[in-house]
Amino acid sequence: MNSTATPVRRQFHPPPVPASPFPYNPGSLLSAGDLSLGEISHILDRATFLENQDPLVRDRTLAKRRVALLFYESSTRTRTSFELAAKGLGADTTLVSSLSSSIEKGETLKDTGLTLRALGAEAIILRHNSSGAPWLLEAETRLPVLNAGDGMHEHPTQALLDLRTMLAHLRPGVDKVNAETLAGVTVTIVGDILHSRVARSNMLLLPRLGARVLLCGPKELLPELAAQAGPGIAIEQDFNAALRQSQAVMMLRIQAERLAGLQLNLEEYKKGYQLTGQRLAEHAPTAIVMHPGPIIRGLELTAGVADGPQSVILEQVKNGVAIRMAVVERALTSAQGGRG
Amino acid sequence: MTALVIRGGHLIDPAAGVDGLKDILLKDGRVAEIAGHGKLKQANGAQVLDATGLVVAPGLVDIHVHLREPGQGYKETIATGTAAAAAGGFTAVAAMPNTIPVNDSAEITRWMQAPERGAAIRVFPIGAATRGSKGEALNDFAALKSAGAVAVTDDGHPILKDNVMRETLAAAARVGLTVIQHAEDTRLTQGASMNAGPVAFRLGLRGMPTEAESGLVERDIRLVTELRDARVHLHVAHTSTAAALAAVRQARRSGLRVTCEVAPHHFLLTEEHVGMYDTNAKMNPPLRSAADRNAMVEAILDGVVDAIATDHAPHAIHEKEVEFENAPNGITGLETALGLSLRWLHHEWKMPIGRVLSLLSAQPAALLNLKGRGTLTVGSFADVVVFDPKAEWTFRARETKSKARNTPFDGWTMQGKVRWTISEGRIAYSGE
Repeated sequence: MNSTATPVRRQFHPPPVPASPFPYNPGSLLSAGDLSLGEISHILDRATFLENQDPLVRDRTLAKRRVALLFYESSTRTRTSFELAAKGLGADTTLVSSLSSSIEKGETLKDTGLTLRALGAEAIILRHNSSGAPWLLEAETRLPVLNAGDGMHEHPTQALLDLRTMLAHLRPGVDKVNAETLAGVTVTIVGDILHSRVARSNMLLLPRLGARVLLCGPKELLPELAAQAGPGIAIEQDFNAALRQSQAVMMLRIQAERLAGLQLNLEEYKKGYQLTGQRLAEHAPTAIVMHPGPIIRGLELTAGVADGPQSVILEQVKNGVAIRMAVVERALTSAQGGRG
Repeated sequence: MTALVIRGGHLIDPAAGVDGLKDILLKDGRVAEIAGHGKLKQANGAQVLDATGLVVAPGLVDIHVHLREPGQGYKETIATGTAAAAAGGFTAVAAMPNTIPVNDSAEITRWMQAPERGAAIRVFPIGAATRGSKGEALNDFAALKSAGAVAVTDDGHPILKDNVMRETLAAAARVGLTVIQHAEDTRLTQGASMNAGPVAFRLGLRGMPTEAESGLVERDIRLVTELRDARVHLHVAHTSTAAALAAVRQARRSGLRVTCEVAPHHFLLTEEHVGMYDTNAKMNPPLRSAADRNAMVEAILDGVVDAIATDHAPHAIHEKEVEFENAPNGITGLETALGLSLRWLHHEWKMPIGRVLSLLSAQPAALLNLKGRGTLTVGSFADVVVFDPKAEWTFRARETKSKARNTPFDGWTMQGKVRWTISEGRIAYSGE
């Protein structure tokens, strides 16, 4: 701020900001912040139930219901696990990706959404490179929309599967959550916070369960105002100091595709923020190591850590299917007008 | 041309210091006579408009609109844009040169003013400062001025190079034109779609820092200072940050001819109104923080702000129904400026109505040297707005005269309903 700015002496109050109309559809999952603690418990509960259910019985849950996967960005984990989740419930799925569809010909998100709805889609799972795209799609189609990652904004099912993974290790046996479930737990998120939708969804979710979230990374990728994103969030620039306080460490990939001209010295970055076996043994010998994937071995973490005993990265992937079964079920069974 | 009498209204003409019950005779496009109620001498045979209980004021002047012609008639035309202006009480608008092609020639400047455009009110083109608004070669300002241009600017393509801006200021001063700068250091705003800050971080959108505006305003003021030429006039378009206003305030104290305008959305809305990616809350400069918004109101009340200008920026519906990052900047504003200004500046924040009207007419007209506009003395142009100052009404975007509906003020309560807008003696708009 310019130091010559005149200090504000009087307050002139404008009209209030209207309440958000979102989500229009009670089956939608747009933001991790939209879910009440009761809804989170319900999703965790259903994830466990569906995961353990006989696949041949589970197959009848959403038999022949239609779910569309609309992907504007490449994806391995999220796309496959959503697809397996929907199919595991018996739903018919169809994949529309930006590279093999009329999106290439210039069809807008609105028109693509309306087309999928006309084809009988009852829910749309959307991965999009623009922040906010799921809100646009939901407003235009009024279908249940599941946000499978929007730009630099959110990835709510990732936060839920991360939560399930953390609970399994840090609070075994707990499947109902409340505001104290993660009291005393510190989760450090490390690396490219600025561009990370995984970080934003976890920052919205974890503090509400009592966890403390520490953000750690170089200034270029971690603006100070990130700490203002909500309560229970703080910045710790010193990686080792953050590790010493943490029960869970979430490593993030440097999102080269979103750097937009930002120059980053990767050698410097590795020196400061790479999770190595030595660093882990020295500062956080019992913490679980998480990563939303895709991992870049040798950059944000070493191969030894990725494959080591503290790594729960593949458990996260596995939990993705269970969580996504629960949210797809919720999408197609939440009655209009009432929240499931 | 028939003569018109506006009878029994409350005339408020801030520039002339008039505030009272008057009858006005308009004849041959000019104000012919002003007298106490019932005392006009030459009113025989004139059409009479009964303005009992209404305010009669100089027609409003908006020095920052985008009428989209030539080139983008699907968004707006000069005819539809000026129809919206007339409905909003405006009798003169200054049209930005970011048309297709860019208005960088006398030919386009004349084309915009031709009777075939079907303008409901007077259009004053603003010429591009540089060829194609590319920020390199200066246009022929003398030719633009003689064709009717009232200022020069590159608007959305701010002039970043010091030497080009210096030459622009000097060359415009020589022919008596104002230089309008859309103050944005675009090197700091690449890929950004809203104000930088906690809201942008939360929404995962790249932000435009306030320094991108204030830094360029400070640079421009430095250039004006260095030129040491009293004819140089810099006008800062749509000021949105406290820091930029502070720079303008300081420049004025130093005696420089630096003026600024503020748009209604910047004194009423904040970045929180972006909500969940409402593209009707996307404009450039963006909606800022609560502190910046408050500073706009304060500066308006303090008299630092010289004009309220709408930055009326119509877009087709389909252009705004896209991802926030991909949506074009801008909102419409001609039909809501008076109603919002009276509702908030006058009614809520107690600014005298004469001062509000002055910011919407006398001051902007004087700023661009629009002779005979913004006042209703005898001999002035018969540009008049007649409105009911007490009437509250709801603005409905679907009822707009504009081609576009991209407004964040749909459904908002307005105060002050336009009854008639008279442009050079002709009724350009007649409301209920």
